[in-house]
Amino acid sequence: TTTTMMNADLQKERAAATFQTELLTHILDGGAERTRRRKEIEALVINDPDFQHENLAFLSRSERYGLAIKKSALMVMKLREYGIADPDEIYWFKSYVHHGMPEPLDLHLGMFLPTLLTQATPEQQDRFFMPAWNLEIIGTYAQTEMGHGTHLRGLETTATYDPATQEFILNSPTVTSIKWWPGGLGKTSNHAIVLAQLYTQGQCKGLHAFLVPIRQLGTHEPLPGITVGDIGPKFGYEEMDNGYLKMDNFRIPRENMLMKYAQVEPDGTYVKPPSDKLTYGTMVFIRSLIVGDSARFLARACTIAIRYSAVRHQSELKPGEPEPQILDYQTQQYKLFPLLATSYAFHFVGAYIKDTYRRISGDINQGDLSELPELHALSAGLKAFTSWAANAGIEECRMACGGHGYSRCSGIPDIYVTFTPCCTYEGENTVMMLQTARFLVKGYNQVCSGQQVTGTVSYLNDLSTQHILPQHVAARSVTVRLNDPLSLVEAYKARAARLVEAAAKNLQVELNNRRSKEDAWNRTSVDLVRASDAHCHYVVLKLFTAKLSEISNAAVRAVLTDLCLLYALYGISKNTGDFLQAGILTDAQITQVNQRVKELLAVIRRNAVALVDSFDFHDVHLGSVLGRYDGNVYENMFEWAKKSPLNKTEVHESFHKHLKPMQAKL
Amino acid sequence: TVNPDLASERQMASFSVEKLTAWLDGGAEQTRLRRAVVEAIEGDPVFSRENQYFQSQNERYEAAVRKAVHLQKKMKEMGWSENGPELKYIHRAVAGDIAFLLHRVFMRSISVLGSDEQIAKWIPLATQFQLIGSYAQTELGHGTYLQGLETTAVFDAATQEFILNTPKISAMKWWPGDMGRSATHTVVFAQLYVHGKCYGIHPFIVQIRSLQDHSLCPGIIAGDIGPKMNFEHIDNGYLMLQNVRIPRENMLNKFCEVQPDGTYITRGSEKINYFTMTSVRISIISSEAVMPLMKACTIAIRYSAVRRQSKLKPGEQEAKILDYQTQQEKLLPQLAAAYAFYFIDEYLQELFDRGYREIQRKNFDTLPELHALSSGFKALVTHYCTAGVEICLRACGGHGYSLLSGLPSLYTKIIASCIYEGENTILLLQTARFLIKSFMAASTGQSVPPSVTYLAAVKPSKCPAKSKMDFLHPDIYMEAYRHVAVRLISSTAVKLQDLIQSGVKKHEAWNRCTVQLAQAAKAHCHYITVKNFAEVVEKLEGKAGIQKIMKHLSDLFALHGIFSNTGVFLYDGYISRAQMDMVTASYLDLLATIRKDAVPLVDAFDFTDKSLNSALGSYDGQVYQRLYEWAQKSPTNKQINPAYEKYLKPLLHNTLSKL
Repeated sequence: TTTTMMNADLQKERAAATFQTELLTHILDGGAERTRRRKEIEALVINDPDFQHENLAFLSRSERYGLAIKKSALMVMKLREYGIADPDEIYWFKSYVHHGMPEPLDLHLGMFLPTLLTQATPEQQDRFFMPAWNLEIIGTYAQTEMGHGTHLRGLETTATYDPATQEFILNSPTVTSIKWWPGGLGKTSNHAIVLAQLYTQGQCKGLHAFLVPIRQLGTHEPLPGITVGDIGPKFGYEEMDNGYLKMDNFRIPRENMLMKYAQVEPDGTYVKPPSDKLTYGTMVFIRSLIVGDSARFLARACTIAIRYSAVRHQSELKPGEPEPQILDYQTQQYKLFPLLATSYAFHFVGAYIKDTYRRISGDINQGDLSELPELHALSAGLKAFTSWAANAGIEECRMACGGHGYSRCSGIPDIYVTFTPCCTYEGENTVMMLQTARFLVKGYNQVCSGQQVTGTVSYLNDLSTQHILPQHVAARSVTVRLNDPLSLVEAYKARAARLVEAAAKNLQVELNNRRSKEDAWNRTSVDLVRASDAHCHYVVLKLFTAKLSEISNAAVRAVLTDLCLLYALYGISKNTGDFLQAGILTDAQITQVNQRVKELLAVIRRNAVALVDSFDFHDVHLGSVLGRYDGNVYENMFEWAKKSPLNKTEVHESFHKHLKPMQAKL
Repeated sequence: TVNPDLASERQMASFSVEKLTAWLDGGAEQTRLRRAVVEAIEGDPVFSRENQYFQSQNERYEAAVRKAVHLQKKMKEMGWSENGPELKYIHRAVAGDIAFLLHRVFMRSISVLGSDEQIAKWIPLATQFQLIGSYAQTELGHGTYLQGLETTAVFDAATQEFILNTPKISAMKWWPGDMGRSATHTVVFAQLYVHGKCYGIHPFIVQIRSLQDHSLCPGIIAGDIGPKMNFEHIDNGYLMLQNVRIPRENMLNKFCEVQPDGTYITRGSEKINYFTMTSVRISIISSEAVMPLMKACTIAIRYSAVRRQSKLKPGEQEAKILDYQTQQEKLLPQLAAAYAFYFIDEYLQELFDRGYREIQRKNFDTLPELHALSSGFKALVTHYCTAGVEICLRACGGHGYSLLSGLPSLYTKIIASCIYEGENTILLLQTARFLIKSFMAASTGQSVPPSVTYLAAVKPSKCPAKSKMDFLHPDIYMEAYRHVAVRLISSTAVKLQDLIQSGVKKHEAWNRCTVQLAQAAKAHCHYITVKNFAEVVEKLEGKAGIQKIMKHLSDLFALHGIFSNTGVFLYDGYISRAQMDMVTASYLDLLATIRKDAVPLVDAFDFTDKSLNSALGSYDGQVYQRLYEWAQKSPTNKQINPAYEKYLKPLLHNTLSKL
């Protein structure tokens, strides 16, 4: 903060924009009123001295954990003090407090409390909910084990019912059954909802949830029979005490099994739950959050890389002229602008899933689950598709900042390590893609057997007509209009249809060769993932395109249309093989696509800075010296570096300990 | 005891691991020497990396200094010399986890750029560690584009000194290793001014810290640039110079000199500078890119043979994740790439040695080709290996994210290689410049360097493959790669010409073609990698056991490249749509074939458990036990964290509201 003037380059960029940045911000927020409210909450947090602290890059893991706990405690108090209860507003508040980083109470607030609400009986809620709400009980959700993650049926922890004492006996029978990874488990929580295989009357009844106290209230010491601790340092997630939990003949009362649906009666009789689809709801909700996070994290990285590229000058384009902004190089635009377009695309997809979930979850409570399978299948694939793309995109943004991107002052390393695990948690991405594929193949088989399918897969209905008209696919190739998003949606649709069909046919060939179902599936899984990927790509483009018509301001619509076209055409240029092989596009059209992509880069160049300004990240939230709004990069890098722990003393102790003695000896 | 799931993999091996290891090392004698050196280093507790994942930046730095100092002692003790055959194995064993790497660069730059007198003065001091050197080139505002550096060195004839200055903040030296805390001297690159005239960038030896008490010299502001994604053990530094005066003799003057009266003279050829850059780029390919990918493959493949998840057949035991096609499709192409690039490194070394001999005979003809190849391959290999390490990390599920897996550190380190020693995109464009020039020369019948003669030869324009088996013939896939490289280079050259003829200025035309140019450069390097792998396999004739599996890997590397870039091969119909289905089929078959030898193929890399430093990748496969044991060593489980008393307790007792 040595300079208060805005960097001249950024000033010029902002003046050149063809649209008003606030209008686009309103669209992203879902209305001007929501933008106003978001900024109000942002100001509440950012101007609050309680939430101000040293740059996280200079703190040790232990210090970061301590700081996060402090901020989380204050956050809970203040949310109640301010009366903030709307889920979106809580989300905003939390992400401003923690700068978008995870925190030790995440699992308590995000999983423990909601699970109590959805799976506990009224009696159980009476016992546990208020203490948990008041943070006397801090809980976590212990599902993943050392040996099993996404494949839940393989979990090994056991809960054996003992009718004599009316207790469950919990055990971690093997090393692999030790609960591993749950956030907040290592140091913070005194309770855990533990997922275990239920045994009663000598039979295994599958996975059920149990409320298990793990630490003594008051002393916070682990209870006898409980071994609990932190799993050690990770790639990021420094604030989070991801933990392990081992249970040895640990007894809990019968009433501690969450029994809103399934029940064990005092004599050990097991009562089945009415439907096992109920657990889908939470999964869909969390996946919708991840899609939104993919958009936001990528948007942060784009903001940093694009502003920095407007400030950084390097080399020469024209002999004898001053060094140009690196944003003027075609290769730099080619790295960054498709990612900018992707952030916008994913933003609209995240909003769509969330809205759809809200609509359907109304139905869930009324017992209408008919739309759930599709949303479940779609959200799995989109979670994988968007998180993979954002993950790679964040890294691309970091590398586009050259050496300085590698410094933690750029903020991108922390954005990356915070984001990247979501490719794995809440369902490993490849497994997620295969879940979507299962749904697609099912739809294909239905169509083949003469039924109609609905929803996002309805394009599969057309496949039957294409079989009658073999020329059909080739005939439509000439009709793809490269400047028309709707026409490009059709091209992506045709690609998805062809890849779903190819995968389904290959699967059938394997089955005809008398492979077992599982074996045939495995031998086709690379094809199946490709099919899912193409389906998700189509859905994303379709949703982006649909958004364009909703935008009333002509200038904003124009710039978003450019981005949408870039998203679509860049996607084709990166997957030309699929479009060529399916006969959707010709060689000549592919050449045009590649040419058009470069033209669009030049068009978007003018609005690039304004487009990232519209994401409206506050400097404190962005956490980047390279991405500062005012663009005063170099002087602030120097200020930042001076605070580095290695600079605390002018002569480091290792000079006296090691260097000097060596010089004396040699 | 070895986990039975790994033991069974080893029993299935179709070849002798020990033989493959010896062949990779260049003979059994080399293997023996390597193992002896690695053992001597790893057996020494000072070099232990046991608690590395738990250390702070300050602790890592101190350990690196301690190790560097100890290594000097160790080398004397063991009788290892600076130029001995052991050196590369020492590097392999310490794996960069040591201070004073820039001290070597400091010495090398004096040896290359300094006069005989300068060498005689500085090298002995540096060898004895009477001073510690660094190499200060990069500035806050400028990296790969050296002409843009802003530090100044103005000659003052009155005092026979140069006055060095950092005229603005962006001119601050930024990033040089060992400079933040350790170095006493550094080679500073600055714009030379004599009598008001600028002569461009020159190297100057500048003392920055006292040799007595290590405090900063007058006019010097220096320090550590702060935390990075990795390299916590290296004190990358900043340096600001304020009217720092150094004697005239401190400008490294083998090639140019400022005489006492200010006359500027040049002598000899500066082309040798390019040669230094070339040698550095080639040297990082193996140690900084290929080795880390080999390690990542070792960890991920062994873990995938131990990890069981979900069922492939109902009623059976859960399957090894290595048996899933999607897992094979992630890991096995990375394994093939590790081998492919291991061989490319050998190819480049050989080319380099030949070039070096020529240069010593004052023949600089091979330089442009060497420069182009070293730039292009530095970019291709670091990019590919970085992506490969990340794939390995992500293929290990949640446990991959634990630092104890070893993968995050491999990743955060290898990614830096995409930027340092030349940013990859810029390097690709340098290669492209050479390719366009060569293409123009070839098309007008002039002779071109050996690596680009293929640009001139005319071959059939359709792929002749008739069945999926045909795609296992190296001639078929090499030709496909060649075809694509020629097409991308020639079409870009034509476009460039067209633009210029239509009146677009040359530099503007170049910028408008850079996306395609970079793609063309990659295609060229990819083609050479595929071709070189096939040639290596061919030379293995007689080593039947090894040749077969190497052939599979060569095929896999080639077909994976086609499978993941179908568009460029389908475009213009070189490979037809039906043929592309054959490629896919052959490719997927190969995955299943190589699957059987996957563990032996990583065993052959012969990394010790200590060098992998991974709870997931150890030779015995006791993954879960080790993960649990290592986690318990974490300071978070040993030290009392003040957070409980300070924040948690009041929170749990609900007293925070009183704060």
